[in-house]
Amino acid sequence: MGIIKRRYPRIGVYVCHCGQNIGGVINISEVRKYVESLPNVVVAREKKYTCSDIGQSSIARDIKDYKLDRVVVASCSPRLHEVAFREVLDSSGLNPYLFEMVNIREQCSWVHYNDPEKATEKAKDLIRAAVARSSLLEPIEKLKKEVTKTVMVIGGGIAGITSALYLSRIGIKTYLIEKEYSIGGHMAQLDKTFPTLDCSLCTLSPRMVDVKKEPNIELFTNSEVIDIEGYVGNFRVKIKRNPRYVDEDRCIACGECAKVCPVNVPDEFNQNMSYRKAIHIPFAQAIPNTYYIDGEHCLYLTKGACQMCIKKCDNNAINFEQKSKIDEIDVGAIIIATGFQLYDAKNKIEYGYGKYKNVITNLDFERILSADGPTKGKLIRPSDNKKPESVAFIQCVGSRDESANKYCSVYCCMTSLKHALLIKEKSPETKVYIYYIDIRACGKDFEEFYRRVRQNGVRFIKGLPPRIDEDPNTNDLLLISEDIDMGRVFKNRVDMIVLATGMVPSPHVDTIMKKLHLAQSRDGFIMEAHPKLRPIDTNIAGVFLAGCAQFPKSIPEVVAQAGNAAIASADIIFRDEIPVEETTAFVDIERCTGCSICVNVCPYDAIKITDEGFAEINEILCKGCGSCSVACPSSAIQQMHFLDSQIKAQVEALLGVSYV
Amino acid sequence: MLVMSKSKNNAFYEPRIVGFLCNWCSYAGADFAGTSRIQYPTNLRVIRVMCSSRVNPLFVLKAFQEGADGVLIAGCHPHDCHYIEGNYYTRRRFILLRGLLEYVGINPKRLRIEWVSASEGDRFARIIDEMVNDLKELGPLELRNRLNENQTSHNVTYKHVKQERI
Repeated sequence: MGIIKRRYPRIGVYVCHCGQNIGGVINISEVRKYVESLPNVVVAREKKYTCSDIGQSSIARDIKDYKLDRVVVASCSPRLHEVAFREVLDSSGLNPYLFEMVNIREQCSWVHYNDPEKATEKAKDLIRAAVARSSLLEPIEKLKKEVTKTVMVIGGGIAGITSALYLSRIGIKTYLIEKEYSIGGHMAQLDKTFPTLDCSLCTLSPRMVDVKKEPNIELFTNSEVIDIEGYVGNFRVKIKRNPRYVDEDRCIACGECAKVCPVNVPDEFNQNMSYRKAIHIPFAQAIPNTYYIDGEHCLYLTKGACQMCIKKCDNNAINFEQKSKIDEIDVGAIIIATGFQLYDAKNKIEYGYGKYKNVITNLDFERILSADGPTKGKLIRPSDNKKPESVAFIQCVGSRDESANKYCSVYCCMTSLKHALLIKEKSPETKVYIYYIDIRACGKDFEEFYRRVRQNGVRFIKGLPPRIDEDPNTNDLLLISEDIDMGRVFKNRVDMIVLATGMVPSPHVDTIMKKLHLAQSRDGFIMEAHPKLRPIDTNIAGVFLAGCAQFPKSIPEVVAQAGNAAIASADIIFRDEIPVEETTAFVDIERCTGCSICVNVCPYDAIKITDEGFAEINEILCKGCGSCSVACPSSAIQQMHFLDSQIKAQVEALLGVSYV
Repeated sequence: MLVMSKSKNNAFYEPRIVGFLCNWCSYAGADFAGTSRIQYPTNLRVIRVMCSSRVNPLFVLKAFQEGADGVLIAGCHPHDCHYIEGNYYTRRRFILLRGLLEYVGINPKRLRIEWVSASEGDRFARIIDEMVNDLKELGPLELRNRLNENQTSHNVTYKHVKQERI
């Protein structure tokens, strides 16, 4: 670490208007005048947009003209543009850590717009503290690490498949991790997709086959991520492969084994509306196209009897000796494409899902419509296999609901519209009702699709029924609701009800979130680094989001985001070196007594006591939390960029004491 | 400027709060309050640290000494620390510091430890609201003035300071 020769620092301060965002509340010219009076400030300027090209180049010019050695920018949150401004310093020959940013937008003008005077005073205080701190900043040498040239994609739905394909095609080795026995995700369960009404699997299946064919993709199915450690460019991941009990290389998916298997289990792929065997393939187009044995239900694995399938398998593909095994892989970047799960409609007891046979969810209905589904695509209702004469859709089940989730799940309006049209295509005489709060058909060709559904005689009732009752004799369903458009109460009796259930975060992502310390949005989905400009980045460098792990969205958006995540991770992989956490801790040996308190405090085992009896910090392992510096009883440890002296100067200056 | 009056009437008194926020959760939460345009009082002055465990109890004492009426330390929720266990150190350290504050005659209510996640902008604003109200009730601390009254330069210990009613 270099030490700056002690002379008076030359500080340049830039106060940003951010258009009206800051300038509309805080009196910028008053602040600028005040800043000019602060010690060591050589130049203070107002900028309309400091982050713009003009703003950045004027800072670079001032660094040269005024021989600045510190730069303070008072604008938005450092979490947004700190990196960009540091690069300005870097390219102007100044160490990037001689930069300090003051947040007068997110934490001042935006939260105090009712009180411009006090907000202006607050801005002055904050800048004064930053100037005081910046005087004491010290340059930090860059620490760079090589990048592992592989990417891990977690989740094999349409998002993960898309990301993995893009990555492999540009020559990046990709590990695709899927927890189920086949890739495909929720999209594989869908019958048709809006607004084109093309068959879901027909569009998905070729891509799944591509995954198998791509030499750069290594596919892990029936596997879970159990541990992740490391940092951008160098993650080490532990993956647990659960046993499939069928050898992938030998199985030819002939299906003879399933014919003799005596065990019947509800088929999850068909939403438990049909039965499968204990030896099974999830669906005909599954990738890998291999059977598996369900360890929970197989008679041999549970009771030690049977083994009928072994006798039938000519290729000796069945292997009951398989054990789960743990693989370790090294990757440079991670894409999280873990998707969603459906809101559990049973939570809305007033709708009787699970109690009334003819109340189903939209995913159940998707399987009923599917040619591969439990009814082979015949439109019939579950209670008596009768063709329904009337079907009602209830929107916003578990979404836009104070007692469930407040957010809009985005996809369900279009899904119900699609279902309504598919019913009308299969059986034009069936009456279709859609109970809704608002129809949100925003997307390319969505509005036109909505109009088409309306023209096909589907009835829209603005108002959700508070409850559903069942006629016990016929299993028909009774609903009463407001009809706001008509200004009356609407009583209805239908044969079947489809609940448009919303999306909720996948519970399987919890371990990954914990291990990587990812931030969570208030709705439980993984939080993006910035809602507008960095919707695929997470708070952790090198970890990206694709698909509904971030928030509900429809398939075209998922595909677009997945491509984006692929290019963002390629951006890391194609670099030779990547900067790692630089604000690490360091030891002043003259003060260190070798008491080893810091060793116990460090959560990363980055501190060791040397043979000479002093603490030594491994700066690769150190993540820069600063815990040790506080724990040290002799103040021998300091954290770079967060020195005691810097923070104390900030405290003093904030409270208006002279600090020079 | 902020008013530092000795009057019994605290209505015009604006407490000065120094807030130490961790970069990953609480600072992001405060930013989120901004992007959601949730309004809260202007009394808070924020210092960003990487982890709440970087906050040395001496910084808190320093802040009181320099004229702060309240200090806020905010970090990630327990189990959610970006640095695995930093917030647990923070919690333990400041339980101890509260005892010390009481001993030297500073009402421990002036120090507040909170866990605010990156998505809890509304919670952050509510905490600041509450803190300002609490501090207005307590009145100004004026530790610096009181320290000056007991002019014994280096030998000033907090025992010499007129005790605040706790």
